Amino acid sequence: MTILLWVIIGIVAILIIAFIAIYNGLVRLRNQVKNAWAQIDVQLKRRHDLIPNLVETVKGYMKHERGTLEAVTKARNLAQQLASAGPGERAKVEGELSSALGRLLAVAEQYPDLKASQNFLALQEELSSTENKISFSRQFYNDSVMQYNNQTQMFPSNVIAGMAGFKPGEFFEVTVAAEKEVPKVSFTSQEKS
Amino acid sequence: MGFAIWDFVFIFMWQQIQSNRNRSILLVIGMGLLLALLGYFLGLYFVGSGTVGLFIALIIWAIMSLVGYFQGDSILLATSRARKIKPDDHPRLYNVVEEMKIASGLETMPSIYIMDDPALNAFATGRDPKKASVAVTSGLLQKLNRDELQGVVGHEMAHVKNRDVLLMAMCAVLLGTIVVLAWYASRFLIFGGMGRTRRSSSGGGSAGQAIIIIVAIVLMILAPILAQLIYLALSRRREYLADASSALYTRYPEGLASALEKIGASTDQLKSANKATAPMYIINPFRKQGMSADDLTSTHPPISQRIRILRAMAGASYEDYSTAYQQVIDTNKIIIPVAAATGGMALRAAQPEAPEKLEVVQRTRETTNALWNSHNYKIIQCPCGTRMRLPPSYKKPEIKCPHCGRINPV
Repeated sequence: MTILLWVIIGIVAILIIAFIAIYNGLVRLRNQVKNAWAQIDVQLKRRHDLIPNLVETVKGYMKHERGTLEAVTKARNLAQQLASAGPGERAKVEGELSSALGRLLAVAEQYPDLKASQNFLALQEELSSTENKISFSRQFYNDSVMQYNNQTQMFPSNVIAGMAGFKPGEFFEVTVAAEKEVPKVSFTSQEKS
Repeated sequence: MGFAIWDFVFIFMWQQIQSNRNRSILLVIGMGLLLALLGYFLGLYFVGSGTVGLFIALIIWAIMSLVGYFQGDSILLATSRARKIKPDDHPRLYNVVEEMKIASGLETMPSIYIMDDPALNAFATGRDPKKASVAVTSGLLQKLNRDELQGVVGHEMAHVKNRDVLLMAMCAVLLGTIVVLAWYASRFLIFGGMGRTRRSSSGGGSAGQAIIIIVAIVLMILAPILAQLIYLALSRRREYLADASSALYTRYPEGLASALEKIGASTDQLKSANKATAPMYIINPFRKQGMSADDLTSTHPPISQRIRILRAMAGASYEDYSTAYQQVIDTNKIIIPVAAATGGMALRAAQPEAPEKLEVVQRTRETTNALWNSHNYKIIQCPCGTRMRLPPSYKKPEIKCPHCGRINPV
């Protein structure tokens, strides 16, 4: 009788420990997804902040490229307005900003004076690094979402995820039509399939 | 019912065991047991009590661990003569480190150091991922392009992220304790500490005594060798994992592969490395020229093999690395066990670069500027195009340009 009691207590204890471990694992992954999203946000804001400076620097050299410059400013303002939207909507406007920037940098290649300017070189390093940081934070975000989603769908953690209401995360995918024309900008060049 | 529960527990345990980290921890526990065994039998042999021997071994280990834990990074950074840099000193390096920090999902930005040395090498330290440091040589900054630098920094960040620094430091301390203990015991043996056990033979026959003596002597000889082999095996395993992580972070294994190629081809040896700090570097700083043997006595796998594995990768995930490893080494051994399927991870294209010649000039200029800045030199740009570097001891408010004679404010 007492042996049976102990066996039951043991099984219940193991179940509780397993439950706590899996639940905590899910929470950790969900927080990782949240943090990763915050990282993307930081980098996108950084890019928004860099653009007025870039436009200011480039303006003096590129008198005949008003359209390209305006497109960049417009895309940037639109992206800034939608800064608090969800991943899907943001991906679209940020993708447009990326291709507008790509076009601007491609055009800049034709202005040797501009390319020689120390200010522009420093800006270019900042901008291309920010593009890298955006794609790396996007990569980490998507990896985190995949890990988290896997965990919420696989046995046995899916049971606990269902009970505690862990919803699957949304991927941040960017697809730009003009991708092939702008090899300089790597925002879309690391597509995950 | 019973089946479901055991299934449950089994899957949970399996996930834990599958991760590479826990396998490494098993190796560390093996080393700890070796130390305990050595201490126990030496105690039995010299003072007639295994417990006392165990106790002495643990005390030596604890003292060495404490020193290693609290002083490790500062000792390493001090002996390597690395200088800390600010973000403005070398924007490219700072940006690359930040990119890898983001890709690896580390929470805090590590401190960045430059070692003024033409050798091509890099290392990472920091027992806590929140207080890590990454150091690269100036030679590395001059010779590598952005993708290659990214690969190397990714490898170092992987050491931080995977907590290799703490693991290897723990192992080095264990190894040190075993070596020290065995060394002193052998001196005692040679210079006549022998008699003690014979006199204090309280229980057991002479056969029991003989067994103790033999075990103690065998342990004394074998324990340091065994510990060294475990240590090296662990170190090589962590190098493979760091390479795989770097490919995962950058999604571009070719960057690290081509960096390793350049590093392997260079003949400069790092001046400030020593045996204790060797496993921290991206390649073994003591390698001999043309060494390619995959022997048991190196802290790092051979470079050519690492390059071939990286180049054989079809995607950027850990599974891709594991498959490439099996192809290149021609084995079934799983080098990086993965807990769950991670899905396809495509590789990216190379980053566009300026012509190599221009790049090298630009890189050299950047690196020298960073070194001057880290020594607190001030750079003054005269309108005539002359650049002047003022030492920190220069206190006057203005400086005359030696070319055009203009007076520039400092």
